[in-house]
Amino acid sequence: MEKNLEEIFQSRIDREEKIEPKDWMPDDYRKTLIRQISQHAHSEIVGMLPEGNWITRAPTLKRKVGLMAKVQDEAGHGLYLYSAAETLGVDRDTLFEQLHSGKAKYSSIFNYPTVTWADIGAIGWLVDGAAIMNQVPLCRCSYGPYARAMVRVCKEESFHQRQGFEILLSLSQGSEEQKRMLQSAVDRWWWPSVMMFGPSDDDSPNSAKSMKWKIKRFSNDDLRQKFVDVCYEQAKVLNVTLPDPDIKWNEERGHYDFGLIDWEEFWQVIKGNGPCNKERLAARNKAWDEGAWVREAAMAHAAKRKERSNKKKVA
Amino acid sequence: MDTSFAYILHLADNALILGQRLSEWCGHGPILEQDMAMTNISLDLVGQSRSLFQLAGELEGKGRSEDDLAFMRVEIDYKNCLLAEQPNGDFAKTILRQFFYDAFSFHNYTALLQSSNEQVRAIAEKSLKEVTYHLKWSSEWVIRLVDGTEESLLRMKTALLELWTFTGELYTPVDYEIKAAESGLGVDFDKIKTLWLEEVNKVFDMAGIKVPVGGWMQKGGKKGIHTEHLGFLLADMQYLQRTYPGQKW
Repeated sequence: MEKNLEEIFQSRIDREEKIEPKDWMPDDYRKTLIRQISQHAHSEIVGMLPEGNWITRAPTLKRKVGLMAKVQDEAGHGLYLYSAAETLGVDRDTLFEQLHSGKAKYSSIFNYPTVTWADIGAIGWLVDGAAIMNQVPLCRCSYGPYARAMVRVCKEESFHQRQGFEILLSLSQGSEEQKRMLQSAVDRWWWPSVMMFGPSDDDSPNSAKSMKWKIKRFSNDDLRQKFVDVCYEQAKVLNVTLPDPDIKWNEERGHYDFGLIDWEEFWQVIKGNGPCNKERLAARNKAWDEGAWVREAAMAHAAKRKERSNKKKVA
Repeated sequence: MDTSFAYILHLADNALILGQRLSEWCGHGPILEQDMAMTNISLDLVGQSRSLFQLAGELEGKGRSEDDLAFMRVEIDYKNCLLAEQPNGDFAKTILRQFFYDAFSFHNYTALLQSSNEQVRAIAEKSLKEVTYHLKWSSEWVIRLVDGTEESLLRMKTALLELWTFTGELYTPVDYEIKAAESGLGVDFDKIKTLWLEEVNKVFDMAGIKVPVGGWMQKGGKKGIHTEHLGFLLADMQYLQRTYPGQKW
């Protein structure tokens, strides 16, 4: 019976039908999606911290408003993604608990610091740029609620990417100090962004299964290559040097070759040894713990109101 | 200083300084939806300040831009009410500060729909749509926190003790406001005071808490005499403009 259900499920996937919350699905499919969607949601929420770091110091009112709107969008993405995860039977508080205890992961990129204003532009250009490459194929993910959430997320992300690029473009046309700030940010964000696509396909144990289930459509390495190709051209417009001496055009492959990724750094940051892992988790825990009385008060008030309206009905 | 310039600048400073304060919550709110709501209100406030700074710059006629006015003045030139610059404290204090300000802002913008200046009327009309929502949000939270748990009530009472002293300044006019009222640019503060007190009493009654009777009211912000908190807020906000003067961003 089970085998038959799995076959039917797989044939629906193969026909590009969307799987919906009440449909039968293998446990492993559900678990894989919960892990991926919740990691994605956590990344949006933790990602608010490095960017939020510059809201009070944004250089102009226009930039302040743009940055606030962007960070607010990230919170919104977190909301739709937690809702998409809820359709798989796990509630937001449980997922928060996993984030706060350090059990759940989020994108490692947010464990790097935003040192200068140019970092806000670099996050938009590189980090959101890499995120879009990863996320556009997810709009066709086999799981309906996730695919639909991603359509909206991607629209907003591509706006953020343009906004980030535009911040950097202004700096590139500015003073020597601004150009220096720009180059420093690119130097620091380039490799972590290249790493955002995850381990090489040979070292990515879940990839094959996710491809078969059409949660994932392209390999990590293919997406990474596409990212490098696009960014190299854009870096010329910004007049910045990518911090990779080995990057060069390969006529035969029709792509840019690039240097070796420091996977040791990647795994260390995942293990909690990035420059800001502890701060990010501490900030999330503090917000949650200090907000406990607010959530309790809201629940208590709602319960009292319900009780009062029931009494009125009885009377 | 031209009184109409001073009057509009004061309105812009109120919106900017409170917006700046509120934006400190972004990413640190107690509930994700409320984190978004606070950032949204902050966005509206900074947006309102931009329109007002642009208008102030035009009235002044010296070619100062919104950013010149927002970033390149010193403490004693800012004309915001003391309430706006008060630190966020806990969520209760932030809510109560917001509610006191929204109740003022709602009636102030409503009155400014009749301003003699067309641009002021346009700004008031747009802002009123936003502030109507802000006032609803902060009123509901005042009620929720007062009527919630013992702890939330205690926190609201503490916030009230801290903030009440800054509310009188909202409806006590200074010279440029009196002149603005006379010329038709501004609003009648006797009416604003009555409306503000009615609004606060209405929501406090629903929540089940009393407005304090009497008490000394602080003032000075509108004339550039601020609390110690403003200097730090400005140091943070002005950092890039001060470090790299005259650059484009």
